[in-house]
Amino acid sequence: MPPIPRDDLIVCTHCDAVFTLERPAAGQRAKCARCGTVLITPRRKAGLQIIAVSVAITILIIAATIFPFLSISAAGTSNSVSILDAALAFSDGPLVALTLATAALIIFVPLARVLLTIYVLVPIVLDRPPARGSTQAFRLSEALRPWSMAEIFALGCAVALIKISDLADVAFGPAFWMFSTLVVLVVVQDNFLCRWSVWKSLDKTQA
Amino acid sequence: MEVAGQNPSIKSARDLGVVACTRCLQVWPAGTPSCARCGSTIVARDEKSLQRVWALWLVGLMCYVPANMYPMLQTRTLLSVQEDTIVGGAVELMHHGAFGIALIILIASVVIPLGKFIAIAFLAISVKRPSMVSNHHRQLMYEVVEYIGRWSMIDIFVVAIMSSLVQLNTLAAVNPGRASLFFALSVIFTMLSAQAFDSRMIWDAQRAERNIDR
Repeated sequence: MPPIPRDDLIVCTHCDAVFTLERPAAGQRAKCARCGTVLITPRRKAGLQIIAVSVAITILIIAATIFPFLSISAAGTSNSVSILDAALAFSDGPLVALTLATAALIIFVPLARVLLTIYVLVPIVLDRPPARGSTQAFRLSEALRPWSMAEIFALGCAVALIKISDLADVAFGPAFWMFSTLVVLVVVQDNFLCRWSVWKSLDKTQA
Repeated sequence: MEVAGQNPSIKSARDLGVVACTRCLQVWPAGTPSCARCGSTIVARDEKSLQRVWALWLVGLMCYVPANMYPMLQTRTLLSVQEDTIVGGAVELMHHGAFGIALIILIASVVIPLGKFIAIAFLAISVKRPSMVSNHHRQLMYEVVEYIGRWSMIDIFVVAIMSSLVQLNTLAAVNPGRASLFFALSVIFTMLSAQAFDSRMIWDAQRAERNIDR
């Protein structure tokens, strides 16, 4: 006999405290009374907003990767790079591994996460049964969360710019502004998403 | 909901005979091997987790040594070739008067990694023996470590941007040094080490102490 899920309880994954489950109203938050971890944060129309933001992020990532990101000029010579070029900077010898890692951390992981999120949320918002492999997709997206480093790359840009600025003239390309917007949107998307609610909806339709 | 402090009325899932899936939060009776909702393996406490924490911690620390010995950045100008280590580069920046940037680099590449090694080691030791630091502070410490660890990658990204951007033929060129690989590995392994730590163990220690008091 399969084990029966205890839907009347909620457990904090950080400190293992048990509480009786009480669904907060939209806009409210349920926090763990022992360690303060936020457990549930439902929002009205969150699904639709997250999908909209995710689509925007997808477009921006693709555009920001292709268009010139920064350009530099000094004494008549100039050079302009895209984000892909920056990721490919470690392309000689044993540093190739680092190239792959950087490209993944700043482009492919954030892209994979938004695509997975769209794949999982679209059926939920449309009140359809979840798409095939939704649970695996959402699990993967959650596992990738700490490895999405677009915002760190943005701060890295700022530091590099100041380092270079007394060496040569630096100009921003269109991709720079796209990337700045992108970083804000990634943070917004992450904060709108209530994991508990998504898992709940994936579960409800399965039964 | 207010923070209840050392409220003894809050029970641990293990005491109540239930176990939660750490991925999707679904609660199951104790002993359920895997979560039927999301497919994750369920363990009440990850007994092997400390071993993994220490193994990954050690690899991270081992990578951190060459990361500081080898040059991080090689700057070639018309007249000279200069190779800077992480700390050397920051000192160089200070000589140029860029204290803010030097500080960011020093914090991200030296203070945060070292602080992380100490914090993870402290947490891993503190779940095995009684600790003076309260559970709340240790939980906070764990969350800070998990959140801040990723930011050490900033130095790698700075190197990536600089070495792709500053390629002005003979005039000046910046190339990444060997330390960048070791530094990235060090950051990745300490992140994995922090993730391997099962923070529920922090709160178990408290329970054990209470039982002894009685």
